[in-house]
Amino acid sequence: MGERKFLHANAAIAHGVRLARVPVVAAYPITPQTSIVEKIASFLAEGEMEAEYIKVESEHSALAACLGASAVGSRAFTATSSQGLEFMHEMLAYVSGGRYPLVLAAVNRSVALPWSIWGDQQDSIQQRDTGWIQLYLETAQEALDTTLQAYRIAEDHRVLTPVMLCVDGFLLSHTEEIVEVPDQAAVDAFLPPLDLPFKLDVDYPATQGMGAFGQQYARWRAEQQQAMGRARGVIGEVDAAFGVAFGRSYGGLVEAYRMEGAELALVAMGGIVGTAREVVDEMRAEGRPVGLMKVRAYRPLPRAEIRAALNGLRAVAVVDRDCSFGYEGALCTDLKAALHGLASPPAVYGFIAGLGGSDVPPEMLRDIIERAAAGEASKDEGEFVGI
Amino acid sequence: MRLTEIPQEELYQGSLGCSGCGSTLAVRLTLKALGRRAIFVVPAACISTVSCYFPQTPFRVPMLVMAFAATGAAISGMSAALKRQGKSDITVVGFAGDGGTVDIGLQSLSCALEGGRKFIYICYDNEAYMNTGVQRSGATPYGATTATTPGRHFEDKPKKDMMRIVAAHDIPYAATACVSYPQDYIDKVQRAAAIDGPTYIHVLCPCPPGWGYPTERTIEIGRMAVECGLWSLTELRDGRFVPTHTPRRRRDPSQYYAAQARFREFRSGQG
Ligand SMILES: Cc1ncc(C[n+]2csc(CCOP(=O)(O)OP(=O)(O)O)c2C)c(N)n1
Ligand code: SF4
Repeated sequence: MGERKFLHANAAIAHGVRLARVPVVAAYPITPQTSIVEKIASFLAEGEMEAEYIKVESEHSALAACLGASAVGSRAFTATSSQGLEFMHEMLAYVSGGRYPLVLAAVNRSVALPWSIWGDQQDSIQQRDTGWIQLYLETAQEALDTTLQAYRIAEDHRVLTPVMLCVDGFLLSHTEEIVEVPDQAAVDAFLPPLDLPFKLDVDYPATQGMGAFGQQYARWRAEQQQAMGRARGVIGEVDAAFGVAFGRSYGGLVEAYRMEGAELALVAMGGIVGTAREVVDEMRAEGRPVGLMKVRAYRPLPRAEIRAALNGLRAVAVVDRDCSFGYEGALCTDLKAALHGLASPPAVYGFIAGLGGSDVPPEMLRDIIERAAAGEASKDEGEFVGI
Repeated sequence: MRLTEIPQEELYQGSLGCSGCGSTLAVRLTLKALGRRAIFVVPAACISTVSCYFPQTPFRVPMLVMAFAATGAAISGMSAALKRQGKSDITVVGFAGDGGTVDIGLQSLSCALEGGRKFIYICYDNEAYMNTGVQRSGATPYGATTATTPGRHFEDKPKKDMMRIVAAHDIPYAATACVSYPQDYIDKVQRAAAIDGPTYIHVLCPCPPGWGYPTERTIEIGRMAVECGLWSLTELRDGRFVPTHTPRRRRDPSQYYAAQARFREFRSGQG
């Protein structure tokens, strides 16, 4: 059995990295991520973890250093937020295109301008199309557990695609909760050492990072897309295996919460799902047919699960903590596309809330559900709430 | 190393580089110096562009093409991982152009030099962004025309003194070289490889299309640069650059300028 500790999600992730026996860590400070790598640095200083910690001069270099480690067959980890994630953009595509199974914690924060250290999900949503698996997490416990799951998912030979752990800044990164930190032996049994099918090896010289044009290039991309498709199954498998080993699991790609007999549903990602659960419980207690769908995997998008969960509902309210300017919240658009062609699709209403760390209290979520239920909101573009 | 001792084995063969390319020659010589227990990291530049198209590669050692700005970081990460794996006999080589070194890659390189990990960073200096069609870089010398310093608007700043920047990092080994002096260069690569820490070699590599001279003159042009005193072969020892080769004869720099089309406007301006 593990040990129960009082941890915020950042410390929980650091424990996950320690337990995953990650030998190379490279990172650069930025709020609200910094305490992850500070915690790792203290593990190293106290001899609780053995790894090379590369103190790079930028996030671009952090991810490049991780790529270098992965290319010769080592696990590696980095973490960042906001401007740091934006600064990594070029490397994100190098890592996914090169099929390096790295894990990155994106502690979600708004992006400049106007600058703000506070949380929303604009930073990771902006990186949606860089080819990374994106998992949006709800609690510190889920953050620790999913760090371990993430290596197993990324390194699965059917996947070989990097994983971005998206963890709400402050909401999760700076609020403590009781977290069970698993035993090393149990983690070792769950997460085998990295075994890459290819790596740079002087005894079997090969070139990585090749150029490819036209059809070759397109085939390469198609393989990435197929790997993402297989990742859907693997994410579920790994979460289930984690459940067997540790007694906790998170629904794999999506979690349908109190969706039995629901006519209305709220759809959300990340930390606000915790608040949404309360709101749904409250409304259920009042006899209202309301459910909740937590989207845990945003990429790959769990299209089939979304369709199954929302088919036949009257209305769906999607909460985005991001905006694709000129259209609407990104999750909302994806959800509409996923539902397209259903026999009886729900009406989908998009709401943009919680930007720049503004609070999303239960009343706000309740109001959003009511507005969707009454058909009052716009079906065409995201509506900013709470401004 | 004596000329007769230079290994015959080719570990870089069949690139798409221009004939007379000094930069691909530098790769060949580097691998002759290091043998098979080396891993190459090359950013966006001529060397990656003329080398690695799926499914072919001229490299007989493991090699990684890296983002333009990130060579220093990638070799640091690789070196760290190999250390953890107990593979300290493998030499990690970052091999970047002058643009990838003195401009866009400078920040990452600086951090890598500070970081103290074991690698050789080689800047192959052809004095411009050749891969994208000869635009000026910080290493372009005064007087050179390029696509972005055209005609009479030739480069009007001196070549960036990269070696002083490198020296300021106080690393255990740094040297300048030129492909026209293969033994001197190979010796330096081998000396760098023997050091357990960050090392840097800046090797001048003439480029026929970029500099504007006939392909068969690459070695001669490199020698002229040294004999005219426009480039020198040195090693950093106790904070000072000490020559490893002193030309027997000194030549007038005007011969060097006259031999290359890139200096035509500069020379005509000189009257
Ligand atoms: C971030 C980024 N910016 C620009 C480029 C385009 N680019 C590719 S190679 C190159 C020039 C390389 O010049 P240098 O490093 O001097 O090497 P050379 O080609 O001369 O060998 C440029 C500008 C790129 N690949 N990545
Ligand atoms: S342009 Fe110059 S550096 Fe590039 S391949 Fe040709 S000769 Fe070599």
